[in-house]
Amino acid sequence: MANVPTDLKYATSHEWVRVSGNVATVGITDHAQHELTDVVFVELPAPGRTFKAGDSCAVVESVKTANDIYSPVSGDITEVNQAVVANPALVNSEPYGGGWFYKIKLSNPAELNALLGPEQYLAHIGAA
Amino acid sequence: MKRTPLYAAHQRLGGKLIEFGGWEMPVQYTSITDEHLAVRKAAGLFDISHMGEVLISGPGAEAFLNQTLTNDIRKLAAGQGQYTLMCNARGGVIDDLYAYRLTDQEYLLIINASRIETDVAWMEKQLAAFPRRGEVKFQNTSDLTGAVAVQGPRVVEFMDAFCPGPSTAGIAVARVTDLKKNQAGRFSFAGQPIWVSRTGYTGEDGFEIVAPGHSIEAIWNQLLAAGQPYGLKPAGLGARDTLRTEVCYPLYGHELDENTTPIEAGVGFFVALDKGEFIGRGVLAEQKAKGTGKKLVALKMADRSAPPRPHYAIWSTGPAVAKIGEVVSGTQSPSLGIGIGMGYVPPAFAKANTPVEIEIRGKRAPAVVVAKPIYRKPD
Repeated sequence: MANVPTDLKYATSHEWVRVSGNVATVGITDHAQHELTDVVFVELPAPGRTFKAGDSCAVVESVKTANDIYSPVSGDITEVNQAVVANPALVNSEPYGGGWFYKIKLSNPAELNALLGPEQYLAHIGAA
Repeated sequence: MKRTPLYAAHQRLGGKLIEFGGWEMPVQYTSITDEHLAVRKAAGLFDISHMGEVLISGPGAEAFLNQTLTNDIRKLAAGQGQYTLMCNARGGVIDDLYAYRLTDQEYLLIINASRIETDVAWMEKQLAAFPRRGEVKFQNTSDLTGAVAVQGPRVVEFMDAFCPGPSTAGIAVARVTDLKKNQAGRFSFAGQPIWVSRTGYTGEDGFEIVAPGHSIEAIWNQLLAAGQPYGLKPAGLGARDTLRTEVCYPLYGHELDENTTPIEAGVGFFVALDKGEFIGRGVLAEQKAKGTGKKLVALKMADRSAPPRPHYAIWSTGPAVAKIGEVVSGTQSPSLGIGIGMGYVPPAFAKANTPVEIEIRGKRAPAVVVAKPIYRKPD
Protein backbone atom coordinates (compact mmCIF):
# COMPACT_ATOMS: atom_id res chain seq x y z
CA MET A 1 0.00 0.00 0.00
CA ALA A 2 1.47 3.32 -1.09
CA ASN A 3 2.34 5.88 1.55
CA VAL A 4 0.48 9.16 0.79
CA PRO A 5 1.06 11.74 3.56
CA THR A 6 -2.00 13.86 4.27
CA ASP A 7 -0.10 17.17 4.58
CA LEU A 8 1.12 17.27 0.96
CA LYS A 9 -0.27 18.21 -2.46
CA TYR A 10 0.23 15.95 -5.47
CA ALA A 11 0.55 16.20 -9.24
CA THR A 12 -1.02 13.60 -11.51
CA SER A 13 2.54 12.99 -12.82
CA HIS A 14 3.45 11.69 -9.30
CA GLU A 15 5.38 14.61 -7.80
CA TRP A 16 4.58 15.85 -4.29
CA VAL A 17 4.67 19.44 -3.05
CA ARG A 18 5.23 20.67 0.52
CA VAL A 19 4.47 24.40 0.89
CA SER A 20 6.13 26.66 3.44
CA GLY A 21 5.36 30.35 2.92
CA ASN A 22 6.03 31.13 -0.73
CA VAL A 23 8.49 28.26 -1.24
CA ALA A 24 7.52 24.72 -2.24
CA THR A 25 9.66 21.61 -1.76
CA VAL A 26 9.21 19.02 -4.53
CA GLY A 27 9.93 15.31 -4.71
CA ILE A 28 8.38 12.16 -6.17
CA THR A 29 5.84 10.01 -4.40
CA ASP A 30 6.28 6.66 -2.71
CA HIS A 31 4.07 5.16 -5.43
CA ALA A 32 6.38 6.64 -8.12
CA GLN A 33 9.58 5.36 -6.50
CA HIS A 34 7.97 1.94 -6.13
CA GLU A 35 7.06 1.89 -9.82
CA LEU A 36 10.51 3.13 -10.89
CA THR A 37 12.36 0.77 -8.49
CA ASP A 38 16.11 1.07 -7.81
CA VAL A 39 16.89 4.71 -8.61
CA VAL A 40 20.51 4.96 -9.81
CA PHE A 41 20.80 8.56 -10.98
CA VAL A 42 19.10 11.90 -10.35
CA GLU A 43 19.68 15.01 -12.47
CA LEU A 44 18.40 18.26 -10.92
CA PRO A 45 17.99 21.76 -12.37
CA ALA A 46 20.49 24.52 -11.64
CA PRO A 47 19.39 26.94 -8.88
CA GLY A 48 18.07 30.15 -10.40
CA ARG A 49 16.35 28.47 -13.32
CA THR A 50 12.71 29.28 -13.94
CA PHE A 51 10.05 26.72 -14.77
CA LYS A 52 6.37 26.81 -15.60
CA ALA A 53 4.02 24.23 -14.11
CA GLY A 54 4.23 21.10 -16.25
CA ASP A 55 7.75 21.80 -17.56
CA SER A 56 10.22 18.94 -17.57
CA CYS A 57 12.77 20.01 -14.95
CA ALA A 58 14.63 16.93 -13.68
CA VAL A 59 15.43 13.35 -14.64
CA VAL A 60 15.36 10.26 -12.47
CA GLU A 61 16.89 7.07 -13.81
CA SER A 62 16.24 3.55 -12.63
CA VAL A 63 18.27 0.53 -13.72
CA LYS A 64 15.98 0.15 -16.70
CA THR A 65 14.71 3.60 -17.72
CA ALA A 66 15.20 7.37 -17.72
CA ASN A 67 12.13 9.31 -16.59
CA ASP A 68 11.33 13.02 -16.81
CA ILE A 69 10.13 14.83 -13.72
CA TYR A 70 7.70 17.71 -14.29
CA SER A 71 7.49 20.75 -12.07
CA PRO A 72 4.07 20.75 -10.39
CA VAL A 73 4.23 24.55 -9.96
CA SER A 74 5.75 27.61 -11.63
CA GLY A 75 8.65 29.56 -10.14
CA ASP A 76 12.40 29.93 -9.65
CA ILE A 77 14.57 27.13 -8.28
CA THR A 78 16.10 28.28 -4.99
CA GLU A 79 17.85 25.11 -3.80
CA VAL A 80 18.49 21.54 -4.95
CA ASN A 81 19.18 18.46 -2.84
CA GLN A 82 22.84 17.52 -3.40
CA ALA A 83 22.44 14.56 -1.02
CA VAL A 84 20.06 12.83 -3.42
CA VAL A 85 22.45 13.46 -6.32
CA ALA A 86 25.23 11.81 -4.33
CA ASN A 87 22.98 9.00 -3.07
CA PRO A 88 20.08 8.41 -5.51
CA ALA A 89 18.82 5.47 -3.41
CA LEU A 90 17.35 8.09 -1.03
CA VAL A 91 14.52 8.45 -3.55
CA ASN A 92 13.57 4.84 -2.77
CA SER A 93 14.25 4.82 0.95
CA GLU A 94 12.93 8.29 1.94
CA PRO A 95 10.78 9.64 -0.90
CA TYR A 96 9.16 12.30 1.35
CA GLY A 97 12.26 13.02 3.46
CA GLY A 98 15.91 12.83 2.42
CA GLY A 99 14.86 12.02 -1.15
CA TRP A 100 13.43 15.51 -1.94
CA PHE A 101 14.54 17.08 -5.26
CA TYR A 102 14.38 20.88 -5.15
CA LYS A 103 12.81 23.99 -3.61
CA ILE A 104 11.03 26.46 -5.84
CA LYS A 105 9.85 30.01 -5.11
CA LEU A 106 6.22 30.11 -6.21
CA SER A 107 5.44 32.66 -8.93
CA ASN A 108 1.75 31.74 -9.04
CA PRO A 109 0.58 30.29 -5.69
CA ALA A 110 -2.95 29.88 -7.10
CA GLU A 111 -1.62 26.86 -9.03
CA LEU A 112 -1.56 24.94 -5.76
CA ASN A 113 -5.34 24.77 -5.92
CA ALA A 114 -5.13 22.75 -9.12
CA LEU A 115 -3.03 20.02 -7.47
CA LEU A 116 -4.53 16.85 -5.97
CA GLY A 117 -5.18 16.34 -2.29
CA PRO A 118 -4.14 13.05 -0.63
CA GLU A 119 -7.55 11.37 -1.17
CA GLN A 120 -7.61 12.46 -4.82
CA TYR A 121 -4.07 11.19 -5.34
CA LEU A 122 -4.92 7.84 -3.73
CA ALA A 123 -7.84 7.57 -6.15
CA HIS A 124 -5.57 8.60 -9.02
CA ILE A 125 -3.19 5.69 -8.33
CA GLY A 126 -6.09 3.30 -7.80
CA ALA A 127 -5.36 2.83 -4.10
CA ALA A 128 -8.40 4.56 -2.56
CA MET B 1 -0.76 -9.90 -25.51
CA LYS B 2 0.29 -13.52 -25.11
CA ARG B 3 0.76 -15.13 -21.72
CA THR B 4 3.01 -18.00 -20.71
CA PRO B 5 1.82 -20.99 -18.63
CA LEU B 6 3.44 -19.24 -15.66
CA TYR B 7 1.28 -16.11 -15.82
CA ALA B 8 -0.68 -17.04 -12.68
CA ALA B 9 2.53 -17.95 -10.86
CA HIS B 10 4.01 -14.52 -11.67
CA GLN B 11 0.90 -12.81 -10.33
CA ARG B 12 1.01 -14.83 -7.11
CA LEU B 13 4.68 -13.89 -6.63
CA GLY B 14 3.88 -10.19 -7.07
CA GLY B 15 5.68 -9.91 -10.41
CA LYS B 16 5.42 -6.57 -12.19
CA LEU B 17 4.19 -7.42 -15.66
CA ILE B 18 5.21 -5.58 -18.82
CA GLU B 19 4.94 -6.11 -22.57
CA PHE B 20 7.97 -7.77 -24.18
CA GLY B 21 7.97 -8.90 -27.80
CA GLY B 22 4.19 -9.32 -27.75
CA TRP B 23 4.22 -11.18 -24.40
CA GLU B 24 3.07 -10.16 -20.95
CA MET B 25 6.13 -10.98 -18.85
CA PRO B 26 7.47 -10.16 -15.37
CA VAL B 27 10.13 -7.43 -15.53
CA GLN B 28 10.83 -7.95 -11.82
CA TYR B 29 9.37 -9.40 -8.62
CA THR B 30 11.17 -7.36 -5.93
CA SER B 31 13.93 -5.31 -7.57
CA ILE B 32 16.12 -5.74 -10.65
CA THR B 33 19.24 -5.18 -8.54
CA ASP B 34 18.26 -7.77 -5.91
CA GLU B 35 17.39 -10.37 -8.52
CA HIS B 36 20.55 -9.64 -10.50
CA LEU B 37 22.75 -10.06 -7.42
CA ALA B 38 20.89 -13.25 -6.42
CA VAL B 39 21.91 -14.76 -9.77
CA ARG B 40 25.53 -13.61 -9.42
CA LYS B 41 25.85 -14.83 -5.81
CA ALA B 42 23.34 -17.69 -5.41
CA ALA B 43 20.62 -18.56 -7.94
CA GLY B 44 17.72 -17.13 -9.94
CA LEU B 45 14.77 -18.69 -11.74
CA PHE B 46 13.50 -17.19 -15.01
CA ASP B 47 10.40 -17.90 -17.05
CA ILE B 48 11.57 -18.17 -20.67
CA SER B 49 8.41 -19.81 -21.99
CA HIS B 50 7.91 -16.89 -24.35
CA MET B 51 10.83 -18.13 -26.41
CA GLY B 52 10.00 -20.19 -29.49
CA GLU B 53 10.70 -23.87 -30.10
CA VAL B 54 11.02 -25.45 -33.52
CA LEU B 55 11.60 -29.17 -34.08
CA ILE B 56 13.29 -30.18 -37.30
CA SER B 57 13.74 -33.88 -38.01
CA GLY B 58 14.30 -36.45 -40.68
CA PRO B 59 17.16 -37.64 -42.92
CA GLY B 60 17.40 -34.21 -44.61
CA ALA B 61 17.35 -32.15 -41.38
CA GLU B 62 21.13 -31.83 -40.99
CA ALA B 63 21.68 -30.62 -44.56
CA PHE B 64 18.72 -28.24 -44.35
CA LEU B 65 19.94 -26.67 -41.11
CA ASN B 66 23.49 -26.37 -42.37
CA GLN B 67 22.41 -24.27 -45.32
CA THR B 68 19.99 -22.18 -43.21
CA LEU B 69 22.17 -21.47 -40.13
CA THR B 70 25.72 -20.06 -39.87
CA ASN B 71 27.37 -22.49 -37.44
CA ASP B 72 28.31 -26.05 -38.47
CA ILE B 73 25.50 -28.29 -37.22
CA ARG B 74 27.51 -31.40 -38.16
CA LYS B 75 29.75 -30.75 -35.14
CA LEU B 76 26.89 -31.66 -32.80
CA ALA B 77 26.58 -35.18 -31.43
CA ALA B 78 23.22 -36.21 -30.00
CA GLY B 79 22.74 -34.24 -26.77
CA GLN B 80 24.88 -31.27 -27.73
CA GLY B 81 23.87 -27.70 -28.46
CA GLN B 82 25.48 -24.70 -30.13
CA TYR B 83 24.88 -20.97 -30.47
CA THR B 84 24.18 -20.14 -34.10
CA LEU B 85 22.60 -17.47 -36.29
CA MET B 86 20.15 -17.38 -39.17
CA CYS B 87 21.04 -14.79 -41.82
CA ASN B 88 19.49 -13.35 -44.95
CA ALA B 89 21.36 -13.27 -48.28
CA ARG B 90 22.96 -9.93 -47.26
CA GLY B 91 24.41 -11.56 -44.15
CA GLY B 92 21.94 -9.62 -41.95
CA VAL B 93 20.73 -11.49 -38.89
CA ILE B 94 17.16 -12.81 -39.01
CA ASP B 95 17.61 -14.33 -35.57
CA ASP B 96 20.20 -15.71 -33.18
CA LEU B 97 19.35 -19.02 -31.58
CA TYR B 98 20.45 -22.21 -29.87
CA ALA B 99 20.34 -25.42 -31.89
CA TYR B 100 20.39 -28.80 -30.13
CA ARG B 101 20.78 -32.20 -31.71
CA LEU B 102 18.40 -34.23 -29.57
CA THR B 103 18.83 -37.55 -31.37
CA ASP B 104 20.57 -38.57 -34.58
CA GLN B 105 17.99 -36.99 -36.92
CA GLU B 106 16.10 -34.66 -34.60
CA TYR B 107 16.96 -31.02 -33.81
CA LEU B 108 15.46 -28.47 -31.43
CA LEU B 109 15.86 -24.76 -32.19
CA ILE B 110 15.24 -22.22 -29.41
CA ILE B 111 14.40 -18.90 -31.06
CA ASN B 112 13.61 -15.39 -29.82
CA ALA B 113 10.01 -14.67 -28.77
CA SER B 114 9.78 -11.54 -30.89
CA ARG B 115 11.01 -13.41 -33.98
CA ILE B 116 8.90 -16.59 -33.94
CA GLU B 117 6.62 -15.59 -36.82
CA THR B 118 9.44 -14.14 -38.95
CA ASP B 119 11.70 -17.15 -38.35
CA VAL B 120 9.02 -19.72 -39.07
CA ALA B 121 7.99 -17.95 -42.30
CA TRP B 122 11.67 -17.69 -43.36
CA MET B 123 12.45 -21.35 -42.60
CA GLU B 124 9.26 -22.56 -44.33
CA LYS B 125 10.24 -20.53 -47.40
CA GLN B 126 13.75 -21.99 -47.39
CA LEU B 127 12.36 -25.47 -46.87
CA ALA B 128 9.96 -25.12 -49.82
CA ALA B 129 13.00 -24.42 -52.02
CA PHE B 130 15.15 -27.16 -50.46
CA PRO B 131 15.60 -30.07 -52.93
CA ARG B 132 15.31 -32.73 -50.18
CA ARG B 133 12.28 -31.09 -48.54
CA GLY B 134 10.50 -34.47 -48.53
CA GLU B 135 13.10 -35.69 -46.04
CA VAL B 136 12.56 -32.87 -43.53
CA LYS B 137 9.78 -32.58 -40.97
CA PHE B 138 9.23 -29.03 -39.65
CA GLN B 139 7.17 -28.38 -36.50
CA ASN B 140 6.68 -25.07 -34.71
CA THR B 141 5.89 -26.27 -31.18
CA SER B 142 6.20 -22.81 -29.56
CA ASP B 143 2.59 -22.70 -28.34
CA LEU B 144 2.79 -26.16 -26.73
CA THR B 145 6.15 -25.76 -25.06
CA GLY B 146 7.32 -23.93 -21.96
CA ALA B 147 10.80 -23.27 -20.64
CA VAL B 148 12.60 -21.99 -17.56
CA ALA B 149 16.20 -21.03 -16.87
CA VAL B 150 17.78 -21.64 -13.47
CA GLN B 151 21.05 -19.74 -13.19
CA GLY B 152 23.73 -19.01 -10.62
CA PRO B 153 26.71 -20.51 -8.79
CA ARG B 154 24.58 -22.45 -6.27
CA VAL B 155 22.27 -24.12 -8.83
CA VAL B 156 24.42 -27.28 -8.86
CA GLU B 157 23.60 -27.79 -5.18
CA PHE B 158 19.90 -28.45 -5.76
CA MET B 159 19.46 -29.53 -9.41
CA ASP B 160 19.92 -33.26 -8.70
CA ALA B 161 17.26 -33.13 -6.00
CA PHE B 162 14.89 -31.43 -8.44
CA CYS B 163 15.50 -33.82 -11.30
CA PRO B 164 16.98 -37.23 -10.37
CA GLY B 165 18.85 -38.98 -13.19
CA PRO B 166 19.84 -40.81 -15.21
CA SER B 167 19.14 -39.23 -18.59
CA THR B 168 17.04 -41.27 -21.03
CA ALA B 169 18.13 -39.58 -24.28
CA GLY B 170 20.62 -37.00 -25.47
CA ILE B 171 23.89 -37.14 -23.54
CA ALA B 172 24.07 -40.23 -21.30
CA VAL B 173 24.67 -39.01 -17.73
CA ALA B 174 23.91 -40.53 -14.34
CA ARG B 175 22.69 -37.21 -12.93
CA VAL B 176 21.72 -33.87 -14.35
CA THR B 177 24.68 -32.04 -12.79
CA ASP B 178 27.01 -34.31 -14.81
CA LEU B 179 25.94 -32.40 -17.93
CA LYS B 180 28.79 -30.25 -19.23
CA LYS B 181 28.40 -26.83 -20.83
CA ASN B 182 26.18 -26.97 -23.95
CA GLN B 183 25.16 -30.58 -23.29
CA ALA B 184 21.52 -31.61 -23.07
CA GLY B 185 19.76 -34.68 -21.81
CA ARG B 186 16.20 -35.90 -21.52
CA PHE B 187 15.05 -36.57 -17.98
CA SER B 188 11.81 -37.55 -16.35
CA PHE B 189 9.84 -35.10 -14.22
CA ALA B 190 6.62 -36.42 -12.64
CA GLY B 191 6.42 -38.94 -15.45
CA GLN B 192 6.82 -36.29 -18.17
CA PRO B 193 9.86 -36.12 -20.47
CA ILE B 194 11.76 -32.86 -20.08
CA TRP B 195 14.95 -31.66 -21.78
CA VAL B 196 17.60 -30.09 -19.59
CA SER B 197 20.65 -28.31 -20.99
CA ARG B 198 23.64 -26.71 -19.28
CA THR B 199 23.23 -23.32 -20.90
CA GLY B 200 22.08 -19.82 -20.05
CA TYR B 201 22.08 -16.13 -20.81
CA THR B 202 23.57 -14.69 -17.62
CA GLY B 203 27.28 -15.52 -17.64
CA GLU B 204 26.74 -17.85 -14.68
CA ASP B 205 26.63 -21.63 -14.46
CA GLY B 206 23.12 -22.93 -14.87
CA PHE B 207 20.54 -24.97 -16.70
CA GLU B 208 17.64 -24.41 -19.06
CA ILE B 209 14.64 -26.71 -19.04
CA VAL B 210 12.27 -27.23 -21.97
CA ALA B 211 9.05 -29.11 -21.25
CA PRO B 212 5.42 -29.41 -22.32
CA GLY B 213 3.58 -26.20 -21.40
CA HIS B 214 1.22 -28.01 -19.01
CA SER B 215 4.21 -29.26 -16.95
CA ILE B 216 5.94 -25.91 -16.56
CA GLU B 217 4.13 -24.63 -13.48
CA ALA B 218 4.90 -27.83 -11.53
CA ILE B 219 8.54 -27.58 -12.63
CA TRP B 220 8.68 -23.91 -11.60
CA ASN B 221 7.19 -24.64 -8.16
CA GLN B 222 9.44 -27.65 -7.58
CA LEU B 223 12.54 -25.64 -8.50
CA LEU B 224 11.55 -22.75 -6.22
CA ALA B 225 11.09 -25.19 -3.34
CA ALA B 226 14.32 -27.10 -4.05
CA GLY B 227 16.37 -23.91 -4.47
CA GLN B 228 14.97 -21.78 -1.67
CA PRO B 229 17.44 -23.07 0.98
CA TYR B 230 20.25 -22.05 -1.41
CA GLY B 231 19.01 -18.49 -1.99
CA LEU B 232 17.12 -19.10 -5.24
CA LYS B 233 14.84 -16.17 -6.16
CA PRO B 234 12.44 -15.74 -9.05
CA ALA B 235 14.03 -13.24 -11.46
CA GLY B 236 12.43 -11.14 -14.18
CA LEU B 237 13.35 -9.84 -17.60
CA GLY B 238 14.94 -6.75 -16.05
CA ALA B 239 17.64 -8.81 -14.34
CA ARG B 240 17.92 -11.04 -17.40
CA ASP B 241 18.79 -7.92 -19.41
CA THR B 242 21.31 -6.45 -16.94
CA LEU B 243 22.98 -9.86 -16.51
CA ARG B 244 23.38 -10.43 -20.24
CA THR B 245 24.57 -6.85 -20.81
CA GLU B 246 27.33 -7.23 -18.20
CA VAL B 247 28.67 -10.27 -20.07
CA CYS B 248 27.99 -8.75 -23.54
CA TYR B 249 25.58 -11.35 -24.88
CA PRO B 250 23.64 -9.90 -27.83
CA LEU B 251 19.89 -9.33 -27.65
CA TYR B 252 17.96 -9.42 -30.90
CA GLY B 253 16.59 -5.97 -31.75
CA HIS B 254 19.49 -4.29 -29.94
CA GLU B 255 22.87 -5.73 -31.01
CA LEU B 256 21.36 -7.75 -33.87
CA ASP B 257 18.93 -6.98 -36.68
CA GLU B 258 18.42 -7.73 -40.36
CA ASN B 259 20.86 -4.98 -41.39
CA THR B 260 23.64 -6.09 -39.05
CA THR B 261 25.89 -9.10 -39.68
CA PRO B 262 27.34 -11.55 -37.14
CA ILE B 263 30.81 -10.29 -38.08
CA GLU B 264 29.89 -6.69 -37.22
CA ALA B 265 28.28 -7.92 -33.99
CA GLY B 266 31.46 -9.75 -32.94
CA VAL B 267 29.96 -13.24 -33.11
CA GLY B 268 31.91 -14.37 -36.20
CA PHE B 269 33.17 -17.34 -34.17
CA PHE B 270 29.74 -18.89 -34.78
CA VAL B 271 29.95 -18.46 -38.57
CA ALA B 272 31.53 -21.60 -40.06
CA LEU B 273 32.83 -20.50 -43.46
CA ASP B 274 34.53 -23.89 -43.94
CA LYS B 275 31.32 -25.95 -43.97
CA GLY B 276 30.22 -25.17 -47.52
CA GLU B 277 27.47 -22.96 -48.90
CA PHE B 278 24.88 -21.38 -46.60
CA ILE B 279 22.65 -18.33 -46.75
CA GLY B 280 24.69 -15.14 -46.31
CA ARG B 281 28.04 -16.86 -46.73
CA GLY B 282 29.28 -14.57 -49.54
CA VAL B 283 28.95 -11.34 -47.53
CA LEU B 284 30.17 -12.94 -44.30
CA ALA B 285 33.28 -14.42 -45.97
CA GLU B 286 34.14 -11.04 -47.46
CA GLN B 287 33.66 -9.26 -44.13
CA LYS B 288 35.77 -11.83 -42.29
CA ALA B 289 38.56 -11.30 -44.84
CA LYS B 290 38.36 -7.53 -45.36
CA GLY B 291 36.76 -6.24 -42.18
CA THR B 292 33.59 -4.27 -41.59
CA GLY B 293 32.56 -0.63 -41.51
CA LYS B 294 31.20 -0.89 -37.97
CA LYS B 295 31.98 -2.99 -34.94
CA LEU B 296 30.12 -3.74 -31.75
CA VAL B 297 32.02 -2.49 -28.70
CA ALA B 298 31.49 -2.68 -24.97
CA LEU B 299 31.33 0.66 -23.15
CA LYS B 300 31.79 1.73 -19.57
CA MET B 301 31.14 5.23 -18.24
CA ALA B 302 34.31 6.83 -16.89
CA ASP B 303 32.62 8.68 -14.04
CA ARG B 304 29.49 8.49 -12.01
CA SER B 305 26.94 9.65 -14.57
CA ALA B 306 23.60 8.70 -15.95
CA PRO B 307 23.81 5.25 -17.57
CA PRO B 308 23.94 4.96 -21.37
CA ARG B 309 20.66 4.01 -23.08
CA PRO B 310 19.78 2.67 -26.54
CA HIS B 311 20.05 5.29 -29.33
CA TYR B 312 22.31 7.67 -27.39
CA ALA B 313 25.02 9.05 -29.70
CA ILE B 314 28.65 7.99 -29.27
CA TRP B 315 31.23 10.74 -29.95
CA SER B 316 34.95 10.55 -30.58
CA THR B 317 37.28 12.69 -28.46
CA GLY B 318 39.98 13.04 -31.10
CA PRO B 319 41.64 13.66 -33.47
CA ALA B 320 38.40 15.11 -34.84
CA VAL B 321 35.45 15.33 -32.46
CA ALA B 322 32.50 13.80 -34.27
CA LYS B 323 29.50 11.56 -33.79
CA ILE B 324 30.81 8.07 -34.56
CA GLY B 325 28.04 5.71 -33.58
CA GLU B 326 25.10 4.80 -31.42
CA VAL B 327 24.48 2.90 -28.19
CA VAL B 328 22.33 -0.23 -28.70
CA SER B 329 22.11 -1.51 -25.10
CA GLY B 330 22.75 0.34 -21.87
CA THR B 331 22.01 0.11 -18.19
CA GLN B 332 23.40 0.69 -14.75
CA SER B 333 25.53 -2.38 -13.94
CA PRO B 334 24.30 -3.81 -10.63
CA SER B 335 27.58 -5.73 -10.21
CA LEU B 336 29.89 -2.79 -10.94
CA GLY B 337 27.75 0.16 -9.83
CA ILE B 338 28.45 2.15 -13.00
CA GLY B 339 26.79 2.77 -16.36
CA ILE B 340 27.64 0.18 -19.02
CA GLY B 341 26.48 -0.63 -22.52
CA MET B 342 27.25 -1.71 -26.03
CA GLY B 343 27.27 0.25 -29.25
CA TYR B 344 28.45 0.30 -32.86
CA VAL B 345 31.45 2.41 -33.89
CA PRO B 346 33.93 2.38 -36.83
CA PRO B 347 36.80 -0.11 -36.36
CA ALA B 348 39.28 2.73 -35.70
CA PHE B 349 37.48 3.37 -32.39
CA ALA B 350 36.87 -0.26 -31.43
CA LYS B 351 40.08 -0.97 -29.52
CA ALA B 352 39.91 -1.43 -25.75
CA ASN B 353 40.81 1.71 -23.76
CA THR B 354 39.71 4.08 -26.55
CA PRO B 355 38.15 7.12 -24.86
CA VAL B 356 34.76 8.16 -26.22
CA GLU B 357 31.85 10.30 -25.06
CA ILE B 358 28.19 9.38 -24.76
CA GLU B 359 25.66 12.12 -25.42
CA ILE B 360 23.11 12.07 -22.62
CA ARG B 361 20.31 14.64 -22.89
CA GLY B 362 22.42 17.04 -24.93
CA LYS B 363 25.55 16.79 -22.78
CA ARG B 364 28.53 14.55 -23.50
CA ALA B 365 29.77 12.31 -20.69
CA PRO B 366 33.15 10.52 -20.78
CA ALA B 367 33.18 6.76 -21.37
CA VAL B 368 35.72 4.20 -22.50
CA VAL B 369 35.68 1.23 -24.85
CA VAL B 370 36.43 -1.87 -22.77
CA ALA B 371 37.19 -5.52 -23.54
CA LYS B 372 34.23 -7.94 -23.54
CA PRO B 373 32.85 -9.15 -21.26
CA ILE B 374 32.39 -5.99 -19.19
CA TYR B 375 31.91 -8.08 -16.04
CA ARG B 376 34.15 -11.03 -15.23
CA LYS B 377 33.51 -13.39 -12.34
CA PRO B 378 36.09 -12.97 -9.62
CA ASP B 379 38.27 -16.11 -9.42
